[in-house]
Amino acid sequence: MSPDRNSARPLPAFSRMLRLTRPSREDAIAFVILAGLGVLFFRAAEGAVAPLSTLQMAPVTLDPWDLPYYAMRTVLRMFAALFASTVFTLVVATLAARSRHAGQLIVPALDILQSVPILGFLTFTVTFFMGLFPGSVAGVEAASIFAIFTSQAWNMAFSFYQSLRSIPTDLEEATMIYRLSPIRRFLKLDLPFGTPALVWNAMMSMSGGWFFVVASEAITVGNTTATLPGIGSYLAQAITKQDFRAVAEAVGAMALVIVAYDQLFFRPIVAWADRFRFEMTASTERPQSWVFDLLRRTRLLPVVLAPLGAIGRLLLAFEPRAGRRRVMGERQAHPALERIWQVLVAIAVLGALFLTARYVMHYLVWRDAVTAVLLACVTMIRVIVLIALASLIWVPIGVWIGLRPAWAERLQPLAQFLAAFPANVLFPFVVMAIVHWNLAPDIWLSPLMILGTQWYILFNVIAGASAIPTDLREAADMFHVRGWQWWRQVAIPGIFPYYVTGALTASGGSWNASIVAEAVSWGHRNLVAHGLGSYIAEATTSGDYARVALGVGVMSLFVLGFNRLLWRPLYAYGERRMRLT
Amino acid sequence: MATAAIAEKPLLVEVKGLRHYYSGQDHLVLDDVNLELSQGEIVGLLGRSGSGKSTLLRSIAGLIRPSEGIARLVPGPDVPDPSVAMVFQTFALFPWLTVLENVELGLEAQKIPAPQARARALAAIDLIGLDGFENAYPKELSGGMRQRVGLARALVVDPSLLLMDEPFSALDVLTAETLRTDLLDLWSEGRVPIKSILIVTHNIEEAVLMCDRILVFSTNPGRVVGEIRVDLPQPRDRLDPAFRALVDDIYARMTARTEITAPMRDGLFPGTGIAMVLPRVSTNSIAGLIEEVDGTPFEGRASMSELADSLQLEADELFPMAETLQLLRFAELRGAELVLTPAARRYAQGDVDQRKALFAQALNQHVPLVQHIRRVLDERASHEAPARRFRDELEDYMSEDYADETLRTVTLWGRYAEIFAYDEEADRFSLEDAR
Repeated sequence: MSPDRNSARPLPAFSRMLRLTRPSREDAIAFVILAGLGVLFFRAAEGAVAPLSTLQMAPVTLDPWDLPYYAMRTVLRMFAALFASTVFTLVVATLAARSRHAGQLIVPALDILQSVPILGFLTFTVTFFMGLFPGSVAGVEAASIFAIFTSQAWNMAFSFYQSLRSIPTDLEEATMIYRLSPIRRFLKLDLPFGTPALVWNAMMSMSGGWFFVVASEAITVGNTTATLPGIGSYLAQAITKQDFRAVAEAVGAMALVIVAYDQLFFRPIVAWADRFRFEMTASTERPQSWVFDLLRRTRLLPVVLAPLGAIGRLLLAFEPRAGRRRVMGERQAHPALERIWQVLVAIAVLGALFLTARYVMHYLVWRDAVTAVLLACVTMIRVIVLIALASLIWVPIGVWIGLRPAWAERLQPLAQFLAAFPANVLFPFVVMAIVHWNLAPDIWLSPLMILGTQWYILFNVIAGASAIPTDLREAADMFHVRGWQWWRQVAIPGIFPYYVTGALTASGGSWNASIVAEAVSWGHRNLVAHGLGSYIAEATTSGDYARVALGVGVMSLFVLGFNRLLWRPLYAYGERRMRLT
Repeated sequence: MATAAIAEKPLLVEVKGLRHYYSGQDHLVLDDVNLELSQGEIVGLLGRSGSGKSTLLRSIAGLIRPSEGIARLVPGPDVPDPSVAMVFQTFALFPWLTVLENVELGLEAQKIPAPQARARALAAIDLIGLDGFENAYPKELSGGMRQRVGLARALVVDPSLLLMDEPFSALDVLTAETLRTDLLDLWSEGRVPIKSILIVTHNIEEAVLMCDRILVFSTNPGRVVGEIRVDLPQPRDRLDPAFRALVDDIYARMTARTEITAPMRDGLFPGTGIAMVLPRVSTNSIAGLIEEVDGTPFEGRASMSELADSLQLEADELFPMAETLQLLRFAELRGAELVLTPAARRYAQGDVDQRKALFAQALNQHVPLVQHIRRVLDERASHEAPARRFRDELEDYMSEDYADETLRTVTLWGRYAEIFAYDEEADRFSLEDAR
């Protein structure tokens, strides 16, 4: 049942591997899948370190036979980013939870970084990474991976930090009483406790990452144009060439890839991570995965998990010998050291303020700030109207679905899939429509912002509606509660906290999407809507770093303000007043 | 187990002048606690929640550094390097580790070679009666079984001192009894190498059943207010008259000490006037307790231990209720006896409106905070006042948590008695609905 247990002891794991000598049908299937993935992986990895000139020699073609290779390159990029995000999360979040000083800096930083429009980063990172690896594809690759990383790392780290903070005190005390070293404690308590939330978050972040893959593979910053082989640049090429068929192929490939990694990678991990859920009652419904079952039946699971066990043992090698007892809570640091720390933080803050102010004053005038804020207001109106419209449409539909378990079961994964699907690949179709009917871009480009993010509202509402207790619904039925009264007293309170979560995600995503949604092109036709998104997009294309920074800064402030002043109070209100438990 | 024999045994734990503050310096949890624990004895720390007994346990375990004073294990000739293990109220098992892995946890951390650790863990599992469950996960086990795992995990590291933090309070009565008996058997047969056991409990009978010595703690701040030696031979019988007498004696002591620590005639809770800390006792509990004592067989006069039995309440739960009755002059605590006043007898016979009227009268006369809130509301033209105002006022006298709980209790009582109204959303008191 528990392979990780065996991996801690080399002998049983080895004897299990020996049993592989008796092949079965499952073995064959698993072997073929693994081999195929391996070959694709090595081919794609080869390309990632090739010299830069190969990009010019072998530009992205629209040959559908190249698509699997492009898809693999893209997937590899995403997994590289996911790996980096996971390492970042484990190190930074653990540091923040264990050290008071580190926590004071890291936690607010993560909170703010979550609200920064990620696409704004691209401008800076591409230049930086290309300088880091001159003349190699690796620089551009790194920039693209970093873009995806920035879309995943902050909220993964934040969620892991929150998990660590919610570890029950008695378990922490047990690790101290039994003198577990910090490393052992991390492996035995922190990591398992945080795993389910981390896996779930990684899955959601991966979905979000697609959006940025498409945007980051083919990027122009000032005079630098970099086009990496991948689905994103295939799509970009198709859009420039106005090749309708190629767009459709790219979309299809993307859908296949999303289904594939969901089934082959995330489902098994979710099924595996279920054992780490902190609960003391055996749950009836456990997550299912055919791949996980396959791995378990072929006894390949210990082999797959062996590297994890090895890393754990490697870490334990650094464990100090004597089991020293530690005291609960932070030991008070020396007052002088405390002072020095405070002074250092103050110096860093002042220094940063000075540098930023000098830079901004040098390149910008007050009018730029006014322009940016005005444009942000335009975008804000769009976001508000769109969230309201999407809520009007999806809340009733979501409630209807959520109250019918048979439907909810089938449609919930679909809604999650739609949320994962990068909506920016559908933009060309909208552009064609706008051009064809000569519509006003200021209005008709707006829906693009919410195209990909509205699904968060839908699947959260479905989840909320299915969580309304049956006895409440029966009570409402019994007293003939119908119509508006039913909505007011049963449905809306029932879904409220879920709805707020969904709307919060959707609104944050829409701000982010405005950077690609307010300025779109199809072939040589460019459509631009007024707003902060197009302001940032245009500044990026012309390589105007100061304006990109200004735009990103203003947008971050707006998103933060939105979260702090609207969504969080609403969420707190819902938690306080409308909890059904 | 003669007293003299225990006294000759070498010392294992020494606590001197221990003080502990929570949340900075404003809330004293433990005040000047002194304690000596010898080898070979089981000592109980008995007190209500908030008496700091768990804090004391954790100071001895080395989990908490006390603000003042020392708590240490004393090395002796036969225990050169004394160690502790702890059993938790909530078991504190790792749900992702099997029974065996949970038990091996402490051995692994001590870098004991795997085969040896495995053998010792299996022996401990065997000893505690868990064979066959080695590969089960905690969620597959019942509460009693889980606590057995907790016990095995503690015993396997060969501690000199076993600390138990309300180890049986999360279990049902029967399971708890079985576990207690099993542990006492292991102890008296000398099958476990532990030298002493220190057990925190708020269950008086449990303390009398298990301990050689019981230390009674007061609340707010926690102090040792009594020490009782239990010389009854093991196994002890709950129905033995000597046992009952001892339980009654402890009830009486726990009642008596409240009169010593709170000399003000206002009541028994720490603080006076509006600064009195009120426990969360619902109006239903008050009504239920009055009805119980008023009815047969008590007829207005009940011993606390019998009351606890008949209501299936622990001393920890019963004392705040009884003291609330005393505060409202609905009852008087005489030794270990609770005697209803005429007002309470009338309350028991009254209908809803009469009960409310009696309750309101008692509140207005005996709970200064209720009078205070009512006066403020009467004086204001709007007849409204934010609750925040009173909470801040209370925080001048007590910690934030106590202020919050006290105000909640008063809100509950005041609303029931219709002395004032409260709007949770706006966090305001008013006279609006009260009239």
